[in-house]
Amino acid sequence: MVSRRKVIQRVLEGAVFVGGGGLIWGKSINASTKADYVLRPPGALKEKDFLKACIKCGQCVEVCPYDTLKLAEPGDGIANGTPFFEPRTIPCYLCTDMPCTDSCPSGALDLKNLSKEEEKPDILNSRMGLAVIHKESCLAYWGIRCEACYRACPLIDKAITLDYEVNKRTGMHAKLLPVVHSDVCTGCGVCEQACVAEKAAIFVLPLDKATGKVGDHYIKGWEKEDEKRINEEVEKADDDKDVKSAIDYLNDDDLIDD
Amino acid sequence: MKLARRDFLKSSAAIAAATAVGVAVPESLKAEAREAESGWTWDKAVCRFCGTGCGIMIATKDDKILAVKGDPLAPVNRGLNCIKGYFNAKIMYGADRLKKPLLRVDENGNFSKQGKFKAVSWQRAFDEMEKHMKSAMKELGPTGIGIFSSGQYTIMEGYAASKLMKAGFRSHNIDPNARHCMASAVVAFIQAFGIDEPAGNYDDMEITDTVVTWGANMAEMHPILWSRITENKLSHPDRTKVVNLSTYTNRTSDLADIEIIFKPNTDLAIWNYIAHEIVYNQPEAIDWDFVKKYTVFATGFVDIGYGMRTPDHPKFTDKEKETVKHEVAKKLTADEGKTLAYLGYKEGDVMEMKHRNKAVNHWIIQYEEFKKALKPYDLDTVANIAKGDPEESIEDFKKKLKALADLYIEKGRKVCSYWTMGFNQHTRGSWVNEQAYMVHLLLGKQSKPGDGAFSLTGQPSACGTAREVGTFAHRLPADMVVANAKHREISEKLWKVPAGTINPKVGSHLMKIHRDIEDGKIKFAWINVCNPYQNTANANHWIKAARQMDNFIVCSDGYPGISAKVSDLILPSAMIYEKWGAYGNAERRTQHWKQQVTPVGDAMPDVWQFVELAKRFKLKEVWGAQKVPGLKDGLPDVLEGAKEMGYSPEDTLYDVLFANEDAKKYAWPDPIGEGKINTESGGDKRKVKGSDGKPFEGYGFFIHKYIWEEYRKFGIGNGHDLADFDTYHHCRGLKWPVVDGKETLWRFNSEYDVYAKKADVGPFAFYGKALKKMPQGSISKPDMSKPKVDLANKAKIFFRPYMEAPEVPDKEYPYWMCTGRVLEHWHSGTMTMRVPELYRAVPEALCYIHPKDAADQGLTEGDLVWVESRRGRIKAHIETRGRNRVPRGLIYLPWFDEKVFVNKLCLDATCPMSKETDFKKCAVKITKA
Repeated sequence: MVSRRKVIQRVLEGAVFVGGGGLIWGKSINASTKADYVLRPPGALKEKDFLKACIKCGQCVEVCPYDTLKLAEPGDGIANGTPFFEPRTIPCYLCTDMPCTDSCPSGALDLKNLSKEEEKPDILNSRMGLAVIHKESCLAYWGIRCEACYRACPLIDKAITLDYEVNKRTGMHAKLLPVVHSDVCTGCGVCEQACVAEKAAIFVLPLDKATGKVGDHYIKGWEKEDEKRINEEVEKADDDKDVKSAIDYLNDDDLIDD
Repeated sequence: MKLARRDFLKSSAAIAAATAVGVAVPESLKAEAREAESGWTWDKAVCRFCGTGCGIMIATKDDKILAVKGDPLAPVNRGLNCIKGYFNAKIMYGADRLKKPLLRVDENGNFSKQGKFKAVSWQRAFDEMEKHMKSAMKELGPTGIGIFSSGQYTIMEGYAASKLMKAGFRSHNIDPNARHCMASAVVAFIQAFGIDEPAGNYDDMEITDTVVTWGANMAEMHPILWSRITENKLSHPDRTKVVNLSTYTNRTSDLADIEIIFKPNTDLAIWNYIAHEIVYNQPEAIDWDFVKKYTVFATGFVDIGYGMRTPDHPKFTDKEKETVKHEVAKKLTADEGKTLAYLGYKEGDVMEMKHRNKAVNHWIIQYEEFKKALKPYDLDTVANIAKGDPEESIEDFKKKLKALADLYIEKGRKVCSYWTMGFNQHTRGSWVNEQAYMVHLLLGKQSKPGDGAFSLTGQPSACGTAREVGTFAHRLPADMVVANAKHREISEKLWKVPAGTINPKVGSHLMKIHRDIEDGKIKFAWINVCNPYQNTANANHWIKAARQMDNFIVCSDGYPGISAKVSDLILPSAMIYEKWGAYGNAERRTQHWKQQVTPVGDAMPDVWQFVELAKRFKLKEVWGAQKVPGLKDGLPDVLEGAKEMGYSPEDTLYDVLFANEDAKKYAWPDPIGEGKINTESGGDKRKVKGSDGKPFEGYGFFIHKYIWEEYRKFGIGNGHDLADFDTYHHCRGLKWPVVDGKETLWRFNSEYDVYAKKADVGPFAFYGKALKKMPQGSISKPDMSKPKVDLANKAKIFFRPYMEAPEVPDKEYPYWMCTGRVLEHWHSGTMTMRVPELYRAVPEALCYIHPKDAADQGLTEGDLVWVESRRGRIKAHIETRGRNRVPRGLIYLPWFDEKVFVNKLCLDATCPMSKETDFKKCAVKITKA
């Protein structure tokens, strides 16, 4: 449930006061949704924590050698002064020395987020987002020999691989189909930039927008590792409530039509 | 396809009625109606780009291309394309299309070599061309002029250019960029089979059990063909095997069962290892019936240099001389000591290059000699010579080589070998092509469905135009050659020019045209449909020569590239769908298209440019006696002969070569062109002010059809038969020879090829006519005292040894550098870099380097570096990840990006036989920029 306070807050975010006290709706509404899709630099904390931690100093933007990172300005629809990037314009080129993360004084960007367990930080551990393919507008899925995203991918053959499929229509060609692997994809967006479609058919979404989640009650029988998902916290049963619920059902005499 | 008027009415009425009462209309009918109402029409054409030759359909409306689609009826691609093909609709509409002739002028509007480009009229452009051409010819004779021609010419353009140069100006200084692309393949075809171009066709890709790619990154360079091979592998995963041989890991390895990374130039050793395995260890694999009946063994000289100039050339720097000295003598390495031992050489010997001028000579040898020469190429020796990845174990590498040989040898296993530039751009390119035939012929796996060695072509019409028309310094149409008096006579007759008109002296090949310009031997050059100042190795020399010396360079192009930038006059050319044309692809398939739209601005087709220039020359100016360097008596005066043929000395080359009585028999309009524009034949709505300053109204005859019908006379009856003009407009291309309306699938195979059947020597006949009376000799030299052997209907199995490249990495220049293409861009990028989507996909050429090599130099991913060779240096960003994975000690730098000018680094060494440059190997160093 959305609290009252939050509703008010949203109205304020989505609207712009104009002279005379009226409200106009429009671009700024889209902008507020844009914030939900913002991509942050490598090593960023979870969005909520990131927004709390970021001191909007612009250090990361300053050191980015590719001008990938920008500071949000009023009208961008993203928390003012926070760093973000738009891969279709300039993607993240995954600098191996991670200058942006390294320069962050506040911990909003944290090298720890780029380390697996005790290992040294590695840019390839970053999870800025996840590339998603819209098959219907992807030329490779039409059978066109494109795969520009695959060849552009800095983690070619790992983050994007090719699946082969016989083109049943021609019977003599194969389709070479790009497939993204979420366990490797860094969300750098080089693929999105490379896509030759008019509007990119492969694009990066923030992780929470691009991923689903399966219930913990079912485990892959063919993958031992998957047992890690078992939620061991067993919910305590409320006996009284259960009994009441069963009795209420049984006592509800609704089987014979009036 | 256009809807007939009645169908149109019917379908629009039906839809109107259906919509009114809410009836659903079938989708197909809706689409047809939409097409009819909106006024666009579909017509067939061919993709502008590579040698695959995909068919496309073009939708035009209001004289503009709206869209393209893959042609579902095209046998090559069945409606598919790669992303270059996908953008065919956009390539003609880049923002900076050349639309007016541009001339370098001073403040007073006079031509000045140091002047700035300014728009001029076509008349002025031709005035300047005429003036500078005539002055160059006056000073230097007909060889004082040159044409950089193209494997991207339409067939008609190539024919018009060739006829004008060879029959009109009597110069053979016309040579295509195709020289850079498949000249080595041609030499091997001619030497091994006596006739150019592959025996097989693309159907082999579905039929074969084994695909071996040698220096051919088909996954990127022949994308649609690769999807056919992928389908084969996918549909027969257990049977079909794919092997990729390369000097670095590329996308073709994705599908490969075996990837073999070899050291540059050692493909020569690997082929000989396969032959060694056959001859010494598995001789039962030799198809002796086939070998004895249809082949002979042959070899040639090895001390033939590397196609460079000699080190005494004044324009060489000291640094360059370190490499160029090998042109005259080279100290043999340990490996060469072994592989050249059969000639008495050993490690450390200095080989004097005594047969530089006899590189193409060869002679017949006995099998026993052939076998003896193969002796050193055992598995251990070759593995040690050839292993290209220092981090791979020798045992693993040996296993792969053995597995490769076994695939070739396995009885009943069909094998196709494919190659492109890795083979052809090679200082021993002709040899390595011949070695492929060596193995296929020994095993009897050639010219059969699913079995054969197949040279893939890079350019859309390297076969159809450059090779078949013969836009080369040494060629005439239909495989005839300049040096053969009989061939000149045939050509003179078909061209209706007097006997003795055609110069008997071979002209300058592409590399030599550049060198001649630098030496002041050519003072007028014309660039057509190519970009020689970006695509030629050792570019600094040629750019300086063009800009700083006394000469006049003309560039006809659609877009401004480096060649236009170094020129003195730029002519705006109509691009592919702005003219009638035809291309011939790698499988001998000839495909025609019609002009779809009016050219932009004042751009005019290249055919028109040749024909208009012909108007500026009278017979008396070109057909009198001419001096030719190296030809003692020069060229004879043929004006008398011309008079006898009814020509007047006052006639122009236009009258004689293009607007003659034969030409005028082909009327325009013609039913085949109904509703179509034909700028040259009928003029167009623009009424561009032409070479005489008057609006151009067209020649009044169907010049493309005339050219085609005259051209095909060269090939009829001699194995190069083409169908008549109209036939190609009713089908999706035909594979020549086309006899009695039927195309030929597998040449030299009596079951499929009427010429082979006619030869009547059994199931096969290698009936090519060239080089079929050959001397005999020992493995080291010919013996002229023995009679020449008649090789009618036979192919030659060559022995060719392993030799090293003329420039190899050393302490100062520690890396091999290899260059090539990427899928997204075509050649020098003049078209594809102007398609915003392709530009965005790959905006810049990156320097692929091994991560450990980068780390050793203190470099990190994305660093800007200087890449420097003995010839020049350029800046590039390094890439340690990505599509190409190079072994340690080798870098790969694509050449499409004019800002990363790779050819400033490349060495202009060529195969001494084919004169094709080796762009794949030179030595460089890398430093942080």
